Amino acid sequence: MAGVAGGIAERLGIDPIVIRLAFIVLAFAGGLGVVAYLVGWLIGSEPAEDEPRVPSTSLRQIVAVALVVSGLLLLLRSAGVWFGDAVVWSVGLAAFGSTVIWTRTGVGRTQFARLTSRLQRTPADIVSGRSKGRFIAGTLLVVAGMAILLGAHTSFKTIGNVGFAVLVTAVGVGLALGPWIYELVRQLGDERRERIRSEERAEVAAHLHDSVLQTLAMIQRAPSTEEMTTLARAQERELRSWLYGRAPAGDADFRESLDAMAARIEQGHRVAIETVIVGDAPVDERARALIDAAGEAATNAAKHSGVRTISIYAEVARDAIDVYVRDEGKGFDVGDQAPDRRGISESIVGRMVRNGGSATISSTPQEGTEVHLILPRRPL
Amino acid sequence: MTDQRIRVFLVDDHRLFLSGVRSELGARFELVGEAGSVSDAIAGIVASNPDVVLLDVHMPDGGGAAVIGAVAKNRPDVRFLALSVSDAAEDVIAVIRAGARGYVTKSISPDDLANAIVRVHGGDAVFSPRLAGFVLDAFSGEIEPAPDPELDQLTPREAEVLRYIARGYAYKQVARQLNISNKTVETHVSSVLRKLQLSSRHELTRWAADRRLI
Repeated sequence: MAGVAGGIAERLGIDPIVIRLAFIVLAFAGGLGVVAYLVGWLIGSEPAEDEPRVPSTSLRQIVAVALVVSGLLLLLRSAGVWFGDAVVWSVGLAAFGSTVIWTRTGVGRTQFARLTSRLQRTPADIVSGRSKGRFIAGTLLVVAGMAILLGAHTSFKTIGNVGFAVLVTAVGVGLALGPWIYELVRQLGDERRERIRSEERAEVAAHLHDSVLQTLAMIQRAPSTEEMTTLARAQERELRSWLYGRAPAGDADFRESLDAMAARIEQGHRVAIETVIVGDAPVDERARALIDAAGEAATNAAKHSGVRTISIYAEVARDAIDVYVRDEGKGFDVGDQAPDRRGISESIVGRMVRNGGSATISSTPQEGTEVHLILPRRPL
Repeated sequence: MTDQRIRVFLVDDHRLFLSGVRSELGARFELVGEAGSVSDAIAGIVASNPDVVLLDVHMPDGGGAAVIGAVAKNRPDVRFLALSVSDAAEDVIAVIRAGARGYVTKSISPDDLANAIVRVHGGDAVFSPRLAGFVLDAFSGEIEPAPDPELDQLTPREAEVLRYIARGYAYKQVARQLNISNKTVETHVSSVLRKLQLSSRHELTRWAADRRLI
């Protein structure tokens, strides 16, 4: 409990279970175990943390500890500090049985770790092969211990205390299976963590392979620097949204959709689009139309402005969504547009008006163009 | 503008990027040193006492914010300009709250970067469109009651200036659009920077707390 047994076990190079069970036996034999434990706890100092060694306990060591315990028991018995033969013998036998089952040899340990990875395994499966004999012997000892306890306490039997029998059985099962269940839970936890880690690694590797490595390969084959820049931009955008992406709230959200639109235009027209977006909203039909109109404006800028950089700023406020698409290109005279230029009149202004919004286009020759789209949000 | 030979220190853990910046800026500034880790940066900056430190936001052992935190006590006159590929709002806000005078992304053109360094050296704040977006995001929505309306809210004019910057306008162009002087734009931006560093607004403190700065 306070690490006394563990400390002693560490010092002696014996499995802590052996020591713990020895303490339990001594505790039943007149309380000496409790006293010894407290003394050990008081005088014990924290052991220096050296490299953890796998406790490997031989049968010889178990027998040695058992003999020491037996000696102490005899001493106590002659000293008169004694609860009664039946109790001590039964607990002693059961503890010895449990020890035989659960102390681990070097081989047993690795087998154990491998086998516990499968949840459905029973103790019988685990204690397969070479340690099968030990398991049977140990179980017999535990059962024998319990039987002696029950048989000796005729007083309990005459009372017919079924509850006591159940309790004793439970303790017996606990002694036989307890350490196994504890180990199982612990190792399952370890393994689950390890599995999650390796799955994450695999996912990252797969993603980097599909995206970054492919793009790097394409960049090496790209015939022009312009193309290289476009590829690098697209990859940067993609990787960034993967690294810092917010989990999409509901279905597609506005932020993500606008970014995706910008990425498509970047790729299709070899331009860089700087998107800055404030706030977010779910995308309905009207917001979709707004994104399409903004996409049309950005495409126009990419085609006609003569510059390679376009800024998009979107702000989702409570009552409206504003989107600005801006370039510092050659600009044009807004009043001078031929009526057949359907791009602006239909795809931008018309689309906005149909959805209850508006579009304002301001442009100064030689300075640039800015398209301002406003979409009022329906009152909730 | 760059005749005064501003003394610049570079901090970035990517050697490739470091050498790129060195070749771009070497002709215009006096590069007094560079470092690739937080501890080297702290020692180097304290030793060389530069005018401006170009500081990578992302580095092992605490990143740019850790460098600012350690240097600011000994060298209060050193100005920091944060530089990063990261778009994560909490990183950027954290380094600004630690004391950086501005934030630009690494895709910035060499000319713009040089201008930003000159401006930071002159005591002004440098807001890239993206930083302006983050700030508008952080200060959006009403908080009632505002514990400190002076610090926790943007004035309408400040929000207007930031919106222009977010739309891609340079300071000069903002001034022309709003019929105010360049200096007034600078004043607004510096005031926003101060609010960004001192405000106790929930969003800002949350972002900073994510980076364990508070």
